[in-house]
Amino acid sequence: MSELVLVSGEDEMILNMGPQHPSTHGVIRFIVHTDGEIISRAEPDVGYLHRAIEHIAEKCTYEGFMPYTDRVDYVCAMTANHVWASAVEKLAALPVPPRAHYLRVISDELNRISSHCIALGAMAMDLGAVTPFPYALREREYVNDLMEELCGARLTYNYHRIGGVGWDMTDAWRDKTLRFLDHFEPVIDEFDRLITMNEIFVKRLANLAVINAEEAVAYGLVGPNLRAAGVAFDLRADMPYATYGDILPKIGWTTPVGSGRMGRTGDAWDRFWLRVEEWRWSVKIVREALDQIQATPRGEFLIPPKRLRPKGDAMARVEAARGDMSCYVVGDGTPHAYRARFRTGSFNAMGLVREKSRGLMVADLVALIASLDIVAPEIDR
Amino acid sequence: MKAKEIFEHVAARVGHEAVFALDEAGQAEAGPAGEKAKEGARDGSFQVRPAELMAVMGALRDDPELAFDFLQNLTAVDWMKREVIQVVYHLFSYANRHEICVRVEVPRAAPHVASVVSLWPTANWHEREQYDLLGVVFEGHPDLRRLLMPDDWVGHPMRKDFQEPKSYRGMPTSRPSPLDLLVSYDRAHVAKATHATQPAPTPPPPPAPPETPS
Repeated sequence: MSELVLVSGEDEMILNMGPQHPSTHGVIRFIVHTDGEIISRAEPDVGYLHRAIEHIAEKCTYEGFMPYTDRVDYVCAMTANHVWASAVEKLAALPVPPRAHYLRVISDELNRISSHCIALGAMAMDLGAVTPFPYALREREYVNDLMEELCGARLTYNYHRIGGVGWDMTDAWRDKTLRFLDHFEPVIDEFDRLITMNEIFVKRLANLAVINAEEAVAYGLVGPNLRAAGVAFDLRADMPYATYGDILPKIGWTTPVGSGRMGRTGDAWDRFWLRVEEWRWSVKIVREALDQIQATPRGEFLIPPKRLRPKGDAMARVEAARGDMSCYVVGDGTPHAYRARFRTGSFNAMGLVREKSRGLMVADLVALIASLDIVAPEIDR
Repeated sequence: MKAKEIFEHVAARVGHEAVFALDEAGQAEAGPAGEKAKEGARDGSFQVRPAELMAVMGALRDDPELAFDFLQNLTAVDWMKREVIQVVYHLFSYANRHEICVRVEVPRAAPHVASVVSLWPTANWHEREQYDLLGVVFEGHPDLRRLLMPDDWVGHPMRKDFQEPKSYRGMPTSRPSPLDLLVSYDRAHVAKATHATQPAPTPPPPPAPPETPS
């Protein structure tokens, strides 16, 4: 956090945006240097949501830290659960039953759908299109209901465990999820007609805040932001974890990448469209996983570790809704981690905002941070 | 490429004395639950002498056979007993789809490491965070300020010997547990009830319900 320094050039105005700004997606502050409407520099100031989660990891046991990982990213908590569980499993070389892997995939993908609902709905609303937001949130409510039935919570799930998941799914839940997917698939097309291909919206976003592949890689953009820049890399396909290696070939996976269909590759519209495409793939992945999980023995969803005292260090990476989320964990032979670090997609994306904001209009800064799908708690942790 | 090949490739380029302590553990095989896991790193890694860090990192990024274009993670670990701070870099290559972990150890009293911002711009915020939380000074960083903690915060909170101050700008940094508050509230309540000289007056009987016509 830094103080507002009231020194500027002759024609420069300093505009304080945030921390309580409705379109900053959480508590983030930008110190915006502008010349009229044109931004010369937007300096992000983060730390307002710093809850010292990495420090808490050093204080509680490996198993006991799981509920805190939900708070790393409360819009897509399932993948934060997943990355912690897989980091500790890798560190202690623990086995995970296949059914748990399928349940992890299913819950991750459902959470990705609901997270993208927020991302796309909120982005449209930030740009003045209010209608898509309730449509997207309606779908998210269905996912929240499914999650509540699966693990008892609507947002902070605490569902994954070290060595598996907390609960098995029921047949009724499986049927309900399939019904939701049948309902959701046409909604994606409806959403495309409503906003993605809307001429006004396209003109607003095309050629805006273009991030090319070189910049995206150098600044460490991950996930949808990286793929929108034209880099075909998805952890699920390129470094398969859990059971993605069995699922993706079956559904004919091709990694969606931005192509500059409406403007230039890596513009804000590409980033929006890419998340819509991810919805389509998530639906297919959940369908296939719900099909394949039937072959695994019911009830074998958790192998609880005994006396978890790992020594050494391990790095795990998981494709979260905001891209490659990684967790580095160091164990020193005690029941709690010696050091843990979460590296999240929003953290990397924020590092680029200062460079990319130069020359933008003030209203386009909102479009930039919305299109990068930044979630504040993920930055500060 | 495997960790060993990467290590040898780097050693050939920058000199064999600059890099050492290769650990090619890779991923340990999952054993049955409860079995004592193998100790050590789970990812291929090696250590670098602090003085040669930039040469090694430059080779890792620019050599076409290595081409580590993504600084996947940068973190620091405070090994208080050994009096060192270990800076850990996880690198990944989109072109070659391989990864490596590089470690640098610097004395805890004066942890100075060369900044890699010139190689990977994403390191800017990572290094600021490690400076903020662990006090690692990255030489040559363009803008080494605190990232998460307030500017006037004293000390580096992720150091193992960090003592949390009692208050910050007049605000207490801790508060009594709500459970303790509940217990003391209960005690006060019980004491009040038992010390009352007279029993509480019995409430008047509720009025009889109106008779319903049958």
